Amino acid sequence: MSDVTAIPHAPSQDAVHKSPRRTSIADHPLVQLIAVRFHEFLREPEALFWVFVFPVLLAAGLGIAFRNRPPEVLKIAVVTPDLAASLRRDNLLEVQQLDMSAAEDALRTGKVALLADQTPDGKVVYQYDDTNPDGRSARMLADRAVQQAAGRRDLVASRDLLVREPGSRYIDFLIPGLLGMNLMGSAIWGMGFAIVDARRKNLLKRLMATPMPRHYYLLSFLLSRLLLLVLEVGVLLGFGALVFRVPARGSLFDLVVLCVLGSLSFSALGLLIASRARTIEAASGLMNLVMMPMWVASGVFFSAQRFPAAVQPIIKVLPLTAVINALRANMLQGANLARVAPQLSVLTVWLMVCFTLALKLFRWR
Amino acid sequence: MPQSISNLALRVRGLHKSYKEVVAVAGLDLEVRRGECFGLLGPNGAGKTTTIEICEGLTPADSGEVELLGFHWDSDAEQLRQRLGIQLQDTQLSEKLTVFETVRLFRSFFQQGPGASEVIALVQLDEKRQSRVGALSGGQKQRLALACALVGDPEFLFLDEPTTGLDPQARRQLWELIERFKLAGRTILLTTHYMEEAERLCDRVAIMDHGKAIALGSPRELIAAIGVEHTVEISVGHGAPPLDKSTWQRLTGVRDVHVNNGTLQLQVTELHQAVPALLDELKRQGIPLTELRTRSATLEDVFVTLTGRHLRDE
Repeated sequence: MSDVTAIPHAPSQDAVHKSPRRTSIADHPLVQLIAVRFHEFLREPEALFWVFVFPVLLAAGLGIAFRNRPPEVLKIAVVTPDLAASLRRDNLLEVQQLDMSAAEDALRTGKVALLADQTPDGKVVYQYDDTNPDGRSARMLADRAVQQAAGRRDLVASRDLLVREPGSRYIDFLIPGLLGMNLMGSAIWGMGFAIVDARRKNLLKRLMATPMPRHYYLLSFLLSRLLLLVLEVGVLLGFGALVFRVPARGSLFDLVVLCVLGSLSFSALGLLIASRARTIEAASGLMNLVMMPMWVASGVFFSAQRFPAAVQPIIKVLPLTAVINALRANMLQGANLARVAPQLSVLTVWLMVCFTLALKLFRWR
Repeated sequence: MPQSISNLALRVRGLHKSYKEVVAVAGLDLEVRRGECFGLLGPNGAGKTTTIEICEGLTPADSGEVELLGFHWDSDAEQLRQRLGIQLQDTQLSEKLTVFETVRLFRSFFQQGPGASEVIALVQLDEKRQSRVGALSGGQKQRLALACALVGDPEFLFLDEPTTGLDPQARRQLWELIERFKLAGRTILLTTHYMEEAERLCDRVAIMDHGKAIALGSPRELIAAIGVEHTVEISVGHGAPPLDKSTWQRLTGVRDVHVNNGTLQLQVTELHQAVPALLDELKRQGIPLTELRTRSATLEDVFVTLTGRHLRDE
């Protein structure tokens, strides 16, 4: 850096004196452009927060809120004392003995899942809401206890093996979802805001007035995105693996391919969004318009299967759905790339279409 | 490299450019000689920026021809960009980068030129080398923009309103830098609506109005061409008889007279003859003199004479 000292610009020599050509790779325009991207990103504390800290906080919060609890004890109300005594023997039921009107009141207000009563002729009557899973479970548990107390024996021997393995919990579902959301957000925001801001400040026009090869400018965004990707993905997956023991059952190479393809598709989408907008307001409106439906519909926080069958074909071709489904298949089911081929093709089509359109529409000023 | 037979660095012929209904440039011819500093002077909206951006290859012309350093934009854009230094009006460089990072980035686009540190020293930003661009003053930002224009060791420098919005001191500092570059024998095309700037820096100026050049020549020639070299203003005491225009018109060396609120304004060619004659006449009529001012005619007066408007009329 200190190779050139402040030599006064000697006018008479200028015309003939030519400094040596670029010597180091660090002075290559593409390297300089990527370095600029990094400097700009790292000097923006808000961006660092949203890209690195926020997804981890979200994962931690939701992981704790939806952690698996020990099997829940179901509350039931029983009217007759004998029945209450026999039901208390089942330790999955918490039995309250109440008179009929209090018991009905407790059932109606959801304080108990089931009301059990015995008629004078010995018949047991269950009252419960059959659309409530707790009510159905309580009915089965209570009836099993009543029948066993009366002497019923099982005809087929059975035993339980308890499986509480990582991979089937909410946090396991959530981490790939957050990863996909993060790939989308950082690519679209990172690309969109930087380009629109540069256009707004006439910086794009200024760069166009230099001999800078134009594709270097766009390439510098893609390459810096891919370099940052290593950090982004690493932080979130590392957090999931260390704190919640979220599994990564697929091959790491496949995971990298998925993240890179996903990020490129979202970058192309971001480039398309940024291709014409001249103000930050216009750009952020467009970005939200594009991303909001995917946050809701693409299965970040809950399965996209919950939406009606009629809209499933549309949801499936959204790029975020494709990324998240492929990431879940890779991480949770250990699927290889061949098994996520449909998702890969969806992403490739988005990449090609958005990139081609963006290059056609892009305005440098 | 095609060698231009002439000594012209830039030749513009019949340039036209319209934006929708607005005609920005309406048939402009320009010739800039190698090694001169040429100024486009005119009010806002005269077409200066459109003209300079067409010459810089940033805006396509509707019709007309631009030959720059013997090259043409449609066939030799890459060679041209390597040879030009460009400063645009209102470019905001990235605020999060340092001065050094910014200059180094621009330097990387050019095949040859001084090192980043050398250019930073040239524009006197050594002390601000590691400062963020966002922390620079307006004058420092303009000098940084100039540094970014100089990194490619340009043969031709375009400066679009380089000192607009600067305080007088920052403006003079920038003028000195531009003069130094001029001394190095490079060609400069600059636009400005400051007449002092054009008078100080430019060898020749074209005065533009409504997309056309309405006058061309050295600042001296243009001022001489309107036939008025000086303006004399006098104020007289209260109670003096009303000033009569015709009396003053007859004085030696006086071209034109305006009376305005008890102030007499004389357009004068021969100051050394007009002033004594004026004083004698005042004494003869017994009019008490309270104030006398003289100033040399400027390009502003040229513009006013040609168009009847002021340069900075909004």
